[in-house]
Amino acid sequence: MAKVNIRNEIRFILNGRDVVLSSVASDATLLDWLRLERSLRGTKEGCAEGDCGACTVLVGKLSEGGLVYESVNACIRFLGSLDGTHVVTVEHLRGSPGQLHPVQQAMVDFHGSQCGFCTPGFVMSLYGLWMKSPDPSNEAIEKALQGNLCRCTGYEAIMRAARAISSYGKAAKDPLAAERKAITARLEVMHDGARVEIGVGKARLVVPANVDDFAAVLDKDPGATIVAGSTDVGLWVTKHMRDISPAIFIGDLDGLCTISEDKGVITIGAGVTYTEAFSTLARRIPALGPLFDRIGGEQVRNMGTIGGNIANGSPIGDTPPPLIALGARLTLRKGKKRRTIPLETFFIAYGKQDRQPGEFVEAVHVPVPAKGTKFAVHKITKRRDEDITAALGAFFLTLAKDGTVAEVRIAYGGMAATPKRASSVEKALLGKPWTEQTVDVAMAEYAKDFTPLTDMRASAEYRALAARNLLLRFFAETSGTGEPVEVSRHEAA
Amino acid sequence: MNKHAAPNLKAEKIAGGVSTDQRHDSAHKHVSGTAVYIDDMPEPAGTLHGCLGLSAATHATITSMDLSAVRMAPGVVDVLTASDVPGENDISPTGRHDEPVLADGKVQFYGQPIFCVIAETREQARRATRLAKVKYKELPFVTDIGALDPKKDKLVTPPLTLKRGDAAAAIRRAPRRLKGNMRIGGQEHFYLEGHIAMAIPGEDQDVTIYSSTQHPSEVQHMVSHALGVPSNAITVEIRRMGGGFGGKETQGNQFAALAAIAAKKHHRAVKIRPDRDDDMIATGKRHDFLVDYEIGFDDEGNILGVDFMFAARCGFSSDLSGPVTDRALFHCDNTYFWPAVHAQSAPLYTNTVSNTAFRGFGGPQGMVGAERVIDEVAFAVGKDPLEIRKKNFYGTSDRNITPYHQTVEDNIIQRIVAELEQSASYARRRREISAFNANSRFIKRGLALTPVKFGISFTATHYNQAGALVHVYTDGSVHLNHGGTEMGQGLYVKVAQVVAEEFQIDLDQVKITATTTGKVPNTSATAASSGSDLNGMAAQNGARQIKDRLIDFAAEKYQVPRDQVLFLPNRVRIGNQEIAFADLVKQAYMARIQLSAAGFYKTPKIHWNRDKGEGRPFYYFAYGASCSEVSVDTLTGEYMVERTDILHDCGRSLNRAIDIGQIEGGFIQGMGWLTTEELWWDAKGRLRTHAPSTYKIPLASDRPKIFNVTLADWPEASEPTIHRSKAVGEPPFPLGMSVLHALSDAVASVADNRICPRLDAPATPERVLMAIERLKKEAVA
Repeated sequence: MAKVNIRNEIRFILNGRDVVLSSVASDATLLDWLRLERSLRGTKEGCAEGDCGACTVLVGKLSEGGLVYESVNACIRFLGSLDGTHVVTVEHLRGSPGQLHPVQQAMVDFHGSQCGFCTPGFVMSLYGLWMKSPDPSNEAIEKALQGNLCRCTGYEAIMRAARAISSYGKAAKDPLAAERKAITARLEVMHDGARVEIGVGKARLVVPANVDDFAAVLDKDPGATIVAGSTDVGLWVTKHMRDISPAIFIGDLDGLCTISEDKGVITIGAGVTYTEAFSTLARRIPALGPLFDRIGGEQVRNMGTIGGNIANGSPIGDTPPPLIALGARLTLRKGKKRRTIPLETFFIAYGKQDRQPGEFVEAVHVPVPAKGTKFAVHKITKRRDEDITAALGAFFLTLAKDGTVAEVRIAYGGMAATPKRASSVEKALLGKPWTEQTVDVAMAEYAKDFTPLTDMRASAEYRALAARNLLLRFFAETSGTGEPVEVSRHEAA
Repeated sequence: MNKHAAPNLKAEKIAGGVSTDQRHDSAHKHVSGTAVYIDDMPEPAGTLHGCLGLSAATHATITSMDLSAVRMAPGVVDVLTASDVPGENDISPTGRHDEPVLADGKVQFYGQPIFCVIAETREQARRATRLAKVKYKELPFVTDIGALDPKKDKLVTPPLTLKRGDAAAAIRRAPRRLKGNMRIGGQEHFYLEGHIAMAIPGEDQDVTIYSSTQHPSEVQHMVSHALGVPSNAITVEIRRMGGGFGGKETQGNQFAALAAIAAKKHHRAVKIRPDRDDDMIATGKRHDFLVDYEIGFDDEGNILGVDFMFAARCGFSSDLSGPVTDRALFHCDNTYFWPAVHAQSAPLYTNTVSNTAFRGFGGPQGMVGAERVIDEVAFAVGKDPLEIRKKNFYGTSDRNITPYHQTVEDNIIQRIVAELEQSASYARRRREISAFNANSRFIKRGLALTPVKFGISFTATHYNQAGALVHVYTDGSVHLNHGGTEMGQGLYVKVAQVVAEEFQIDLDQVKITATTTGKVPNTSATAASSGSDLNGMAAQNGARQIKDRLIDFAAEKYQVPRDQVLFLPNRVRIGNQEIAFADLVKQAYMARIQLSAAGFYKTPKIHWNRDKGEGRPFYYFAYGASCSEVSVDTLTGEYMVERTDILHDCGRSLNRAIDIGQIEGGFIQGMGWLTTEELWWDAKGRLRTHAPSTYKIPLASDRPKIFNVTLADWPEASEPTIHRSKAVGEPPFPLGMSVLHALSDAVASVADNRICPRLDAPATPERVLMAIERLKKEAVA
C-alpha cells in the first residue's frame, strides 16, 4: 500500500470561513460546537437524537456530481466527520442586502412559524430542497420535511410557504449557487488525500485516507468504534454518554462509497448513504423506493449508510430483510483479506454478528430480481413516516410455468432477535400453486417461525397478526386484480 | 425591516390595527435564527449547569444514596439533595404540599428527581449524574388506572360531582339503555424547546430567573418559598417559549427552584436544561382517562339520561388534576343537552409522573366521552351518528341548561354544523363511501363530522384577572408589557394590535416587551385560552387611561369640549386642527401629564360554587366543527386522513392569520393525541416512550391530504370581549375528534356498520386493526 500522509487537524468551511481544528474529541458534536464554541445559536437542540430536525444544517460535500449540499442533524453529526466539507447554518442565509432569504421571507409571509423554535431547522431543510428542486411537488416537500417536527402550526402554513419560495427568488441566483465554484475550489484544496489523526492512544480520532487505509487502521486497532453516518452511534454519545474513542470516521471514504452494477448484481459500498443509493435502487428494484422514503427523515437518510444499517445488527434495521429476501451477499474485510457470505448468515443472534475483531463490512451485493419474479417489501409503524419499524416483511417469489411457487424467500424485521427468514411459511408455499388457498394455509405457519415481543412500538399480538396479513397483501398485489392493497399518501401519477 | 419609518399622518387607517392579518411579531427573527430563547442568551461568566438525578424505582423508600462518586467527578461543584432546599421543599401549585422539589427518602414514580448535580459544564453534570449509587426498598406500585376502583382508591384531590335531574331514574325509565367504557390516552406536550431555567443571583436575597414558563408569577412564588425569601426578592422573566401547550404552566417550577437554590448557594449563575428524555420522563403530561358511561335513550336516538364516571391517571401528586378533572366534567356534554345527567370525577393517585395542564385541560377528554355516547346510541338505533348529534344538540331558547346549571346563551352549533355539512358535501360523500366500501376488499373508508363547544374562562374565578403596563414615550412610541406570555400563539402581536388600535397609531410604534414579574405583578398563567381576552382588555384599559389624560389635556389646552378630541390614524383631531400623535404626547409631557398606566381587567359575570356544582364558570363558549374522511387498511390497521374540513368560530377575529394558524395547529395536535401519540409504560412502571424516536407526533405527511380551514365570518362574541373576538387557543384542539370518529366509521364498515366499534384512543394502527378483528368476530357471532 502506498504510504499515507498524516494530518493532525481537520479542515472545513463554516459558512464563509475556513476552520482548522487540531483538537477535536471523538464525541464532539457539530451542534455543541456551533452553539458553545462558535456562539452560533440559531441552530437549536430539540431532541439530541436526530428525530426532530431543530438542529438541521446543510453540509456540502464533493461527490462525483460536484458539490452537493445535504441537510443533516447537527446534534448527532460528529465534528470529526466534517473534514473537507462546507457547513452551512441558518446564520449564513441572506437575500438581497437588508432582506431575508427567499426561503425565510416565504416562511414569514405565509405564517410558517409560531413558537419559532423548530423554524431554523425547517428553513434549512426547505433551503436544501429548494436548491435541488426549486418547484417541488407536495410529495417532495413532505419527504424533505419528514425529519422536521413542528408542534404549533400543523404544517399547513409551512407547506404553503414551501410551495411559494421560488416566487421570492431564483435558486440559481442564490449565494450558495453563485459561490459554488469558489467553494468547490476551496474544498478541493482541503482534500489532500491524507489520513487525519487527532489525539493519541485511546483518545484518538482517525479519518482514514481511503478504504485501504481504513482496513490497515482497523486491523491495528480492532477495538476502535467505526462511525459511518452516526445516526446510531450519535445516540450512544448524546443519550448513553458512551465513550466511543478511539473512533474511526468512515463516512465519505474513497473506495467505500460507490454503487455499481455488474451482471445483474448491484454492489453497494458500505459507506453509501440511503440518499445516494436511492436513485439506483428505486430504478432497478422499484419496490425499494417507497421503503427508502420511509427510513428515518431526510437528514437521517443523508447521513445513514446501508453498511451501517447491516453492520450494527439491529433486529429492526429496515434494509436487511429486503436484502435477505433478494438473496444479497455481504463482503467483509480484515486488512487485505476479504470474504463474502450470504447476508442472512451475518446475523447470528441479538447483538452478535459474524464479524471478527478488526473486520468490517465493505460492501453488499444485491441481485436485481429477474423479469417475472415478484418482490415486495412492507413496513409497519405507528406513524407512517420517520418511525422505527414495528414489523417489516420482505417477499421474493418466482413462479414456475405451471403457476406453482418455484422459489420463495420471505424475511422479517421486528419479529425476532435478528432479521429472520420465515422458513416454515416458505416451506408451506414452495411447490404449491400461488393461490389464496395456499396463502391461507401458509399464514397459519407464522406461529412456528416467529414469537414476537411486546414493546412500546407494538404488542406481540399485533406484530403476529399484521406480519401474517402482509403475506395476504403480497398475494393480493401480485395476483393482478389491481385492487388497492394499502393506503397511500400520493396516488401514482 | 429595522428602518424606522415616520408614521403616515394622512392614512385613513392605521397599519396593524385589530381585525387585520398581522404576522407574528417575531416571524423574521424565527426564520433567521435570531429570536432568542433562554438557552441562546449569553451566559454570565462562570455560569454553572445543573442536571437532575432521577429515581430508578417506581415506588420505593430510598435506603441509601451514595453520591461520593458524583461529587468527585470532573467539573462537579455541588450535588443538591432535599436537605439543600433552604425554604420549603414543595412546589405544589395548588398548595396541597404533595410535590417536593427533590424527593426526600421516598420516590413515587420512575424518574422522580432525587438530586441535582451542579457542574462547570452541562456535559459534566450529565455524566456525573450517572455515577450515583442509590439503593431502594421497593414498594407496591400502580401505574394503570384500569386496575383501580374510582370510588374506593386513593385520590390526589377531592372529586367533583355534577348533576341535573335524576339521571338514574331517567335511564331506568328510558325505552333503551346501554353501558360501556372507554380508554382515552394521555399526551406528551413535545414543545420543541424543552424546559429550561437560568438563575442569576443578585444582591441581598435577590435572584433573577429566566424561565421557560407560562406562569412567571407562580415560578416567582415557588422560588420564593423554596428559598424562604419574600416574593419581592424574585424576578422572573420570559420573552418567549419554544412552545408550551400547558406543559409549562406548572412544570417549570422545579427547574427554576433548583437553579435559584444553586445560584444563591454558589453566587454564580446556574442554568438547568434537561435532556429531552429527562424532560419527557420527569415532567407531567395530559391526563389519560377511563370513562364509564350509562345511557338511557329512545328508538329515535333521543338521549334521555346519562351517567358518567371520569377516572383519571393523575400521577403521584395533585398538581392541576383538580381543575383538569373538573373541566373534563364541564365538557362531558360537549354540544349536547343531557335531559338528566350525573357525572363524577375520580382524580386517581398513580405511581407515574404527576399529570398536568395540556391544551384543553381535561375538556377534550370530556368531549371525547360525550362523542362516544353519541356513537353508541347511533349504532344502537341504526342511524348515522351525525343525525344523532344534531338531534341532541343544545337548543337556543330551551334545552339549554348545562350539567353545571349554566344556561348556554350563545349557542350557534346548529348553524356551524349545517354550514359545514354543506361545504364538506357530507351527504354525497357518505353515499360515495358506502359504495366504495361495498366494492373494496382491503381498504375501507370512513367519514365523520364532530362538533365542539368549549367553555372560556378559568374555572378558578380569581384567575380571571390581568394586568398590563403601558408607557408612552415623548417621541410617541409605546412600550407595552402585560402578564401574558408568548409561546408561539401570537398573543404579543394581538395585544399590540389592541393598543395600536386604541391610540390609533401604527403597530410598529408599539414595542412588545418580555413578560416579567417586575413590571406586572400577580399575574395568572397564560392558559385556558385566556391570553388575549384578559391581557388585551388590561392593555386596552391601560391605553385608555393614558388616552383619557391626553383628552383632558388637549381639551383644556386647546379649549375644546372633550368630545372634540378624536384619535385618528397617527394623529389627533382637536377641534378643527390635527396634530401628530407624537406632538400631542410631547406637549402633554411638557405639561407634566403622566404618560404611563397600569391597566387592569377582571372578567365580569362569572361565578362557581364547586360544592354545589352550580354556577356560571364560563363567560362564553367558542364553537367549531370538523369533518374528516379516512382510508384504513384492514390488513394492518394503517390509515391515512384523506380530507378534513373545518368551520370554526373566533367571534370577530383580532387577527385571522394568527387564528387560522391556531386552528390548523390545534387540529393536528388533537388528531395526533387521538391517533399516533401513545404513552407506554412497561411492567416495571417505566415510561418507555420518552423521546421522539418512540413517541410519535404528527408530521407534515400526516396532515389531511385535503385540508380546508374556514373561520366563520358571521359570529361575534355575545359578551363584550376584546373587540368581540373569541378565544382560540384550546377550542380547535378537540376538532381532531373527527379523525377518531372517521376511523371508527371505517372500522364499523367491516361489520356492515351495525356494531359500535368502541375504538379507544389513541387509535394507533394496532388499535384499529384489533377493533377490526373484534368486529369481524362479533359480526359472525
